[in-house]
Amino acid sequence: MAIDHAQASAAFTGARDANILVRKPQTYWGMALASLRRDRLTLVALGFVALIALLALSADLITAMLGVSPTQTNPANQFQQPYLWPYIQWMLGLDPITAPTMLYKSGGVPHWLGTDQLGRDQLARLLYGARISLSIALVAAALSMVLGVGVGAVAGYFGGRVDDVVMWFITTLTTIPEIYLLIIVNSIFRPTPLTLTLFLGFLGWFGTARFMRGNVFKVRTLEYTTAARAVGASNFRIMLRHVIPNSLPIIVVITAVDVGALILTESILSFLGLGVQPPTPTWGNMLYRANDFVFLRDPVTKDFIGLHLLIWPGVLITLTVLSFYLIGDGLRDALDPMLKNKK
Amino acid sequence: MTRYIVRRLLQAIPTLLGVSILSFILVNAAPGDPITMRTFGDPRMTEETRQILRRQLGLDQPLVVQYFVWMTGLSVRRGDQVAMMTTPDNTCGYVGAIDVTICDGGGGILRGDLGTSIDTRQPVWDRIVERMAATLELGIVSLLISLLIGVPLGVLSAVHRGSLFDNLVRFFAVIFRAVPIFWMALLLIFVFSVVLGWLPTGGRQTVSLTQEFNLADRIRHIILPAAVLAFGGIAGFSRIMRTETLEVLHTDYIRTAQAKGLAPGKVWFVHAFRNALIPLMTVMGPAVVGVLGGAVVVETIFAWPGMGRLTVNAAFQQDYPVVLGAGMFFAVLTIIGYLLSDIFYAAVDPRVRFD
Repeated sequence: MAIDHAQASAAFTGARDANILVRKPQTYWGMALASLRRDRLTLVALGFVALIALLALSADLITAMLGVSPTQTNPANQFQQPYLWPYIQWMLGLDPITAPTMLYKSGGVPHWLGTDQLGRDQLARLLYGARISLSIALVAAALSMVLGVGVGAVAGYFGGRVDDVVMWFITTLTTIPEIYLLIIVNSIFRPTPLTLTLFLGFLGWFGTARFMRGNVFKVRTLEYTTAARAVGASNFRIMLRHVIPNSLPIIVVITAVDVGALILTESILSFLGLGVQPPTPTWGNMLYRANDFVFLRDPVTKDFIGLHLLIWPGVLITLTVLSFYLIGDGLRDALDPMLKNKK
Repeated sequence: MTRYIVRRLLQAIPTLLGVSILSFILVNAAPGDPITMRTFGDPRMTEETRQILRRQLGLDQPLVVQYFVWMTGLSVRRGDQVAMMTTPDNTCGYVGAIDVTICDGGGGILRGDLGTSIDTRQPVWDRIVERMAATLELGIVSLLISLLIGVPLGVLSAVHRGSLFDNLVRFFAVIFRAVPIFWMALLLIFVFSVVLGWLPTGGRQTVSLTQEFNLADRIRHIILPAAVLAFGGIAGFSRIMRTETLEVLHTDYIRTAQAKGLAPGKVWFVHAFRNALIPLMTVMGPAVVGVLGGAVVVETIFAWPGMGRLTVNAAFQQDYPVVLGAGMFFAVLTIIGYLLSDIFYAAVDPRVRFD
């Protein structure tokens, strides 16, 4: 055998020397990566997510550099407008008064995105909020992926009684709209970031499990599964080596979209006051009570003073969720060989 | 078909049983109980009084017994307690042989009674019916809006595939999926209520002493919440209609219609559109569930007196009978929604038969 292999590889090298067109062997994942590399929209989305993640990771560093903190309150300086625009005008020599006045009010600390109702720096809160919101969504998505794949694979592979029980459980829980279930759970057990992640993960795997089960039914009847069984592979091995890898591409897509959906769900729960409790910032609970800010006006100038608190967290949530959805779509195109043939 | 419907309804029984068990366990796993929560820090309350209140609500019983009472309206207690348990609407009898008192409170889920709200002492069913009208009104209007806008958008975007219009529709469809619904609501309130002052910020009608029905006023109140709720539907429906129309446009009968020289408008709207509508039926069930879910948020923001707010408030107040009743009610609605969408699907598409 060893000699055969050496000969074959010698022949292969020889062929390359002879300048015959030899393409490097393409793997499935290699092809997917190559097609992903050509997909500009997905790359932009990936870049945005990477940027947000990087900013969230370096939240300590950035806030230390700016001299702000996400929890430092300053009642004298509530609802300060973003410093960014006055600063630009100041530097351009258009408005020499507003920016220095703001600096004076805030004690020399520039609040680039303004301050909230307690005088806390919004930029710092957004950065720390990104940490919590992203990690909750990522961990919950991972949890529901593992649960969904595991339970779905077991139900589909063994079928019969096991499948009946699992499907009964899933149908039962999906019969109540998910958001109601989450509201009930979260109003009963006030969540910390950790428990909220667990709730979201444990209530979010039904779709993945259903898909997985369907795919397992399909794969179970394929020839290579029969072949594996014929050579004596154990159930566990067939599942791990044949069934799950076959479903992996779509699982990846579902999970990417899931992360986006979970960021939305977390923000909705926090907005209702049922998510992570203040003062810990998340993008969602920064919008908690934002209904009141919509109407808030400066008593003297009659300008709206709470709008920056409404705009920024919402924009960040939207863009991040959008990015995860786009990544999901891009992955679907890249990972689906059937689709590629169509093009 | 009848056999299929009957089978589906029979399948719903274990599901509903599951919903009742799971939600009952969930609600009762909560730390603290409704009595402690309501009387916390009240100096007039002694632990003894609390015990009596718990006893009246049956909260002193083991969970299994409480579940049984909730389901059947029959309560069972050890020993001869006929004298103590009998009330005008609770008839009791003592079974000496096994030393238990059995009481019939006349209610129970199985008899269609969802129990009594702890807070208002109203039947849960009455509270749900009262609120359901508002939620249905909001849900139906928003579903209509999303169908009326989403379906034509999807068809047109498929017909003009690759055009600027198509790209715009697809772009907004993706955006609308990603925008948090409550944020969209706040932005619209800011623009249309605060800045422009055209529409009210919330409520179902202007509060007045007479509370008489005023259609124009009702319409002004429903525009914003229904529009917010419709955004998701518009995005979803236009996506589905685009895909389905594209699929149909590639079929043989469309080519035949075009080959025999039919006017393009006729091909699209008589042949393509009607066939592309069929798969829409299958998503109506999930769409109804989605609207019910979105209603929670929208109702909270717009102070819309519907089911969503009722459930959220009841969950906050630990008004268990209301939470449980609403849960059962949603489960039944979901099952009916999915069943109806399957039946319609079979009704409009002769190729689909459930056997």
